[in-house]
Amino acid sequence: MKRKGVSYAKWGYIFSAPFAIGFLLFMLYPIVNTFLMGFTDMVGVAKLTEPMHVNPAGIFKVYNDLLHNKTFGKSIVTTFILWILNFIPQITVALVLAAWFTNDRLKIKGKGFFKVVFYLPNIITAASVAVLYSSFFQYSKEVMGPANELFMKLGLIDQPMDFFVNRSATRWIVIFIQFWMWYGYTMIVLISGILGISPELFEAADIDGANGFQKFLYVTIPSIKTILLYTFITSLIGGLQMYDIPYLLTQGNGEPDGAIRTTSVFIFKQAFGNVPSYNVAAAASMIMFIIIGILSAIVFFLMRDKDEAELHKLIKRQEKEYKAKLKAEKAQGGK
Amino acid sequence: MSTYDNQLTEMSEEQFRHNQKEKKVLKTLAHIGIYTVCIIFTLLSLIPFWFMISNATRTTSQIYGKSLSLVPSTHLVENYKALMKTDEKGQASSSGTQNFDPVTGFRNSFIVSAGATVLAIYFSTLTAYAIVVYDWKLKRAFFTFIMAVMMIPTQVTAIGFYLMVFRVHLNGTLWPLILPSIASPAMVFFMKQYMQPALSLEIIQSARIDGAGEFYTFNKIALPIMKPAMATQAIFAFVSSWNNLFLPSILLSSNAKLKTLPMMVALLKGDIYKVNMGALYLAITISILPLFIVYFALSKYIIAGVALGSVKG
Repeated sequence: MKRKGVSYAKWGYIFSAPFAIGFLLFMLYPIVNTFLMGFTDMVGVAKLTEPMHVNPAGIFKVYNDLLHNKTFGKSIVTTFILWILNFIPQITVALVLAAWFTNDRLKIKGKGFFKVVFYLPNIITAASVAVLYSSFFQYSKEVMGPANELFMKLGLIDQPMDFFVNRSATRWIVIFIQFWMWYGYTMIVLISGILGISPELFEAADIDGANGFQKFLYVTIPSIKTILLYTFITSLIGGLQMYDIPYLLTQGNGEPDGAIRTTSVFIFKQAFGNVPSYNVAAAASMIMFIIIGILSAIVFFLMRDKDEAELHKLIKRQEKEYKAKLKAEKAQGGK
Repeated sequence: MSTYDNQLTEMSEEQFRHNQKEKKVLKTLAHIGIYTVCIIFTLLSLIPFWFMISNATRTTSQIYGKSLSLVPSTHLVENYKALMKTDEKGQASSSGTQNFDPVTGFRNSFIVSAGATVLAIYFSTLTAYAIVVYDWKLKRAFFTFIMAVMMIPTQVTAIGFYLMVFRVHLNGTLWPLILPSIASPAMVFFMKQYMQPALSLEIIQSARIDGAGEFYTFNKIALPIMKPAMATQAIFAFVSSWNNLFLPSILLSSNAKLKTLPMMVALLKGDIYKVNMGALYLAITISILPLFIVYFALSKYIIAGVALGSVKG
């Protein structure tokens, strides 16, 4: 018989209430707002204080316009390009460094120092980093940044050039900065993943006579598949929101010619430019939200409680075995 | 197995030594390659900051055409005066900046970051405690929900948040940057993962028998046990709040006195940029310096925290 003691269940609700209220107020309600704003004619600061009403030009007018808006389309493409071109070298370098740092045979000294130094750029304010690099690549009558000098000394260019009038040069600068800020972080994440691999796997590979590279390819990589995927998707979600660097590196609208106008820069300019088009910014945010939502769903699926999934599998297997056993017994009984 | 043994015995000692030597050479070569790469990346990480610091001590004409030099000069004070010029008059001058006021920037950034960190840490731990310690009907659904919303970025909710803040007249105050951190799903997740093995329910039971109230038990027993996790999360919450640019620039633009440090750095661009490079570099240095100090003092914990945060589940 169950003896009913004091029920503490209500404390569960009380203690999680602040979070729930905070979530409803500061996340859910803003999302609902954003969702609704996309269907209104909210343009101009005066409209902010008026009650929302449906866009007289048609409820889906803003979405329809956005989907045909070349600037918006291009900004999505730009965002993906900037992200993928920094992610490929980032994950490659991070993987190689992580493999070296976790290889006991190599006995690399100063690992701790290297980790601290490689991670450093990640912790520095992105706004400061953007302004810093902006002045490195600066070129005008009055001032010339160190980048021009360096490239001339290295023989990469013959005379000083203005990097920020060149579309691909500007993109590569953003890609470099993103790489520079994130490879150390990715490396540390991968190192912790590799350190979590059971040493027995490596021992087994040793007995089989695998060399370092083979071990990396056939033991390390498959074992950190989940962490690699996690890195991939969180980096993608972060990359899709890239704002500080492309906003501050040039004049603030993804110059030159929208080369680094990411979706976040586009949204910011729509909402807080000369003519604040809150409805367009909201609709663009919603489209990004859907893209990110799909990606998050994948992460959620990957990171769901593993033990639980295992248990579920085990139960199913046992059920199956039990049924098979029953069947076999029945068959035997029939004989 | 037996063929392997045979090979070993067949191998003469000389051969064996030769192999060992070869291996040593290979290892040395590998080391040269690895250390070269590591040193290149070290320089890549550090040199931009060194350029920044050394240029902060030079005049614009010294920087022009000779900015590659890593040797500091002697114009630090001069640059500082140029940077601060406007503060005395309260107006922009041609060589000074309009907006860079590090003291105000520090204060605002600190209020926002400290406030947001304290709220995030306390309420995330409290929420995790509700999940770990108590049995309630909606618990599982609640936790699943937290995991599902973990990845929602503030950037997508920003426009709707701006509307809400505007309508309750909180734009131009620091509150909308602090209060939302009460609900930090990712931190709740981390705290719950840490709390589950660290907090024994028996201690809580015995506290109850001793007549302790539930809030008292949480504050006096659970919080001290959670200290290491709270410290790690505090560093990250603080730094990410400190570095935030997007939300502050939306919400605070109407009040010049409440600009955070990153906002001031952002405004440097259109400002003294073309006129006084030394002062610009100095301003960036000032904005980065506190992070440098915090980072090198706590780097051990920060690196460990990054590693810990990634291994989920």
